Amino acid sequence: MRAFTRIAAWCYALAVYGFIFLPVVVLVLFSLQSTSFPIPPFTGPSLRWYQAVLSDTRLTSALVNSLLVASISSAAAVTLGFLSAWGFARFHLPGSALLRGLITLPLTVSYLIIGMGLLVLFNSASVPKSLLAAGIGHVVINLPLCFAIIYSQMGDHQINIERAARDLGAPEWKVLLLITVPVMAPAIFAAFFLSMTFSWDEFVISFLLTRFDTTLPVEIWNLLRSGLNPKTNAVGSLVFAVSIVLVVFFELTLLRRKPA
Amino acid sequence: MNTAQNNGHALRWALVAPALGWTLLFFVLPFIAMGLSSLTAHEGGGFTLSNYSQFFTNASYWQAMVNSLQVTAIVTVVSVLLAYPFAWILAEMVPVRWQRLALMLAVLPFWTSYVVRSYSWLLVLAQNGVVNRALTGSGLISEPLQLANTRLATTIGFVHFFVMLLTLTIFANLKQLSPSYRRAAADLGAGPVRTFLHVVLPLTLPGIMVGAFLTFVLCIGDYITPQILGGNNELVMPQLVMMQIGRRGDFPLASALSIILMVVVTAAYLACARWLKIERT
Repeated sequence: MRAFTRIAAWCYALAVYGFIFLPVVVLVLFSLQSTSFPIPPFTGPSLRWYQAVLSDTRLTSALVNSLLVASISSAAAVTLGFLSAWGFARFHLPGSALLRGLITLPLTVSYLIIGMGLLVLFNSASVPKSLLAAGIGHVVINLPLCFAIIYSQMGDHQINIERAARDLGAPEWKVLLLITVPVMAPAIFAAFFLSMTFSWDEFVISFLLTRFDTTLPVEIWNLLRSGLNPKTNAVGSLVFAVSIVLVVFFELTLLRRKPA
Repeated sequence: MNTAQNNGHALRWALVAPALGWTLLFFVLPFIAMGLSSLTAHEGGGFTLSNYSQFFTNASYWQAMVNSLQVTAIVTVVSVLLAYPFAWILAEMVPVRWQRLALMLAVLPFWTSYVVRSYSWLLVLAQNGVVNRALTGSGLISEPLQLANTRLATTIGFVHFFVMLLTLTIFANLKQLSPSYRRAAADLGAGPVRTFLHVVLPLTLPGIMVGAFLTFVLCIGDYITPQILGGNNELVMPQLVMMQIGRRGDFPLASALSIILMVVVTAAYLACARWLKIERT
């Protein structure tokens, strides 16, 4: 009986793994065949569609746009998040809990609604659709995240180091740049990395707020109009590969050395 | 001293002002704009409540909300039921040194792009896709099944995503559980089944609720999965919102529908928060 439940449990786990990996395996497998439809039977391997993706200037420029929007908006979100976290953690501010609640509020609202709000606002102020508008939206969704991560890591033990620096005559900006930022580096890096992945993958805000120059998820969305298309498979597999490299890198660098 | 204090005051606010200003300008203000827009008539402007009343009188709008709630409820329940045993096996039966790897593998497809993940399910479920080929090839069915562009496809796409998310949260929950609870239950004579039902499950219930709530919020607000996998057959709320902007440029109605959707999510949050508080005491 015990052996039976064990076997059943392992079969269940395998089935769930199968379910989780099925679409990814199908995606990558059929990106590697040269026929014009990514459907069985598999006739491959061929890199034809990867070539097609890399020579498609719309996709490559969308990729560059995505990287630009992700890195710049994440840098902005981390900077704003870090400064406000430091302000709230180190100084007593009237209405602090309320203001902190305000900063984290966008976390509870879906991206669609944040995008809609910005669209209505920009539309009524006659601000044209652009990558900048999408970047502003990405800061809105990532700022609360960065703030929450960094604020939660601002422990009391760092106050003493900062105090020591001030006693030794360091002005406030020097304390910030030479003490707080290096001490908080793991949290800052984690916040930046998470923002990058969210912005990189974000679709609906970019879809609503950009027009001609757009980000990669939106460009992939445009590809979907042509139905099942091996080019979509290829670009999807490439995005997956990049994400895996990033995750492994993150796992190896940041999570290995646990903060003391 | 006085100037130093003043400087300190100025500095404090200078640190938090950019983040607060950003939130006010690009989150609160858009919200107000959306609220105002939802109260104006699409044709000709002017104050009106018709954007809201349309939702209650137009059966197809109402139906979109019903569809949204049904899909979300099914997805949440199925995902929890699938993920809990899976997370349990990872936490209890996989040797500790392999657990990290097992968990990383279990959420690896999480890192594909969200749009691409839905598209991948389209490949699997299409008329001439993998599932239909396998079924017809093995002679189980003679005609391919209509799997894509159905509510079933939307549900599968969602469940795939949320099983990964919930496995992460439930796994973390199970690992946080101190083994002494289970030892105590065993000492008092409870078998593994009773220990699970009366000790482990109740202790992990708050964590499950948090995960289920997250699933609810993300699922009900998502446009991508239903649009790619469900097609235009049984619309859900986010699709309805996007349709108003896309085809008709009707911002007021889209704003009103967004606000209604948000009210539903907030109500769910309040109900959930209340329930969790009762759980804890």
